[in-house]
Amino acid sequence: MNKAKVEMGIFTVFKYFMLIMAALVAIIPVVVCVLTAFKTEEEYQNTSALSLPKSFLYFENFKVAFTQANMLRGFINTALVLVVVLTASVLVSSMIAYVLNRFKFIGNGLIRNLFMFASLLPGIAMQVTIYEIMNSLHLINHLYGYMICLMGTDIISIYIFLQFFENLPTSLDESAIIDGCTYFGVFFKILLPLLKPAIMTTLVLKGVGVYNEYYASNLYLQSKELKTISTALYTFTGPYGSQYNYICAGVLITIIPILIIFLVFQKQVYGGLAAGAVKG
Amino acid sequence: MGKTKKSFGEWFRSRKVQKFLVIFTFMFVPLLLLLMYTYIPFGKMVQFSFYNMKYIGKRNYVGLKNYIEVFKRPEIFKSLFVSVYYMGGAVLQLALALFFATLMVFKVKGESIFKATMFFPYLISGIAIGFIFKFFYARGYVLDSILMLFGIAPENIPYWLQDTSINNISLAATSVWRYTGQNMILFLGAMMSVDADLYEAASLDGANKWHQFKYIILPSIKSIVVLNLILSISGSLSAFEPPYVITNGTMGTGTYFVIMNRLAHENQKVGLASAMAIVLLAIIILCTVAQKLFFAYVFDDGTDDESRAAVRRRKKQNKINQGLK
Repeated sequence: MNKAKVEMGIFTVFKYFMLIMAALVAIIPVVVCVLTAFKTEEEYQNTSALSLPKSFLYFENFKVAFTQANMLRGFINTALVLVVVLTASVLVSSMIAYVLNRFKFIGNGLIRNLFMFASLLPGIAMQVTIYEIMNSLHLINHLYGYMICLMGTDIISIYIFLQFFENLPTSLDESAIIDGCTYFGVFFKILLPLLKPAIMTTLVLKGVGVYNEYYASNLYLQSKELKTISTALYTFTGPYGSQYNYICAGVLITIIPILIIFLVFQKQVYGGLAAGAVKG
Repeated sequence: MGKTKKSFGEWFRSRKVQKFLVIFTFMFVPLLLLLMYTYIPFGKMVQFSFYNMKYIGKRNYVGLKNYIEVFKRPEIFKSLFVSVYYMGGAVLQLALALFFATLMVFKVKGESIFKATMFFPYLISGIAIGFIFKFFYARGYVLDSILMLFGIAPENIPYWLQDTSINNISLAATSVWRYTGQNMILFLGAMMSVDADLYEAASLDGANKWHQFKYIILPSIKSIVVLNLILSISGSLSAFEPPYVITNGTMGTGTYFVIMNRLAHENQKVGLASAMAIVLLAIIILCTVAQKLFFAYVFDDGTDDESRAAVRRRKKQNKINQGLK
């Protein structure tokens, strides 16, 4: 009995020690960035990266980063892209999930498999030829072209909705149809409101994905006024090379919105992760 | 009587028409997008891989020459070697995630804080992570200062991103940093779906932590672990972000995708890049299939009551019994 207690005690100490270490490793690179972002040029040059800044009210670096990287423009563009892409994504993927889940027709299984196989194709490799298609459709250097491109690869949202539909009883549809509802009515009036949890999950996951996207943005939005927030950050480093007090401030500006979203929607983020993972 | 039959027919037909309409309208856009952004590019990729071409201009059919070049170019061959580092990272990351998820299954104070801290790196954009680690590894800054706190002399500290014997490890480590928390949350979700009474019953029966892990936790999550192993190994073959953002693939850090990206968009060797993409896809599909087969054998799935190995043993025993008769 006593031995078990000692063992338990050792395990508890070990457990917390390991967890605290892991949390530190996860957070130190970001925390150091926070410290650096508040340092004046002189402090940055003369103090260790690990030392605290003199004041946490020194916002000059943030101002420089925000204006030099043209982040306002970046935020506006990203916001536009988010609104359009998220609305379209939710509608498009919930609709196809509804059809695939509720109707039996020739080709249903084939279409599911086509989406499944598509999720195997490595995204960046596909951009080699997607670039050619975007080019021939004159979609390069237009915000709407970029939006269409982001809507195109949306397999996880479809899986989230498909899973959700499996748990919505078909008796709902049937009783509405007996009451004279059309299929369109069933979808928009009955089912769509019930999809709210799945919609939230999709919005959060897809939203974070779109906000962080930079490869396609870099490729298809080359003119300066079209930069999104992630590529705006990237351009700014040219002139500021390795002046990390400015760069860290820029990095933090882009991270803060994500941090807020995460803190508010933690449950949806974790939940959506599991939903996305089962797609296999 | 006939009248009701006709209106029934009308009703039936209109349902059918409606069904067709709803299927058609709801699927038109997603299928168009799927075609435009997955299958047409895929077809073109196969086609381009046989041509010597740029995005604009003349295209020459060259047969298998691009594929041969994929295997002959030293930079491409070397990049496959680089992805071994990321594979090592992927395995380490899964092991760490499994370890921490197991710790979290037992009661932990401040669980949500630990979870959130370890998970958050997953949500940061690749560009931001790139800058964070450029700074982290920069000579004389974060990592060097931390090591110096532990009394390591500066002259014994390598250049994390320039030294070719270590820079790929530094880059792969950023991937581990980014994804471990996410994997942990996934595993934890699967573990939590196990009935909590099981743990209690097991510890009453005198099972220690290792037994609990082996007999209760591991079986409950083996399918998600296998799935993630497959995903992360094919993911490590297509590792891209760390070298692209942090070192731009210089100093021997170019992964397969970084080289492919450079060939396609800077050198405009579209045919060669397409051939590379096809080769990678073939490798990924091969890996996926091989691993599925492998794990189907090692983690025998069997039925709920009897594992596959047990079934094999029973059948063998039956055969022996029959032979005896």
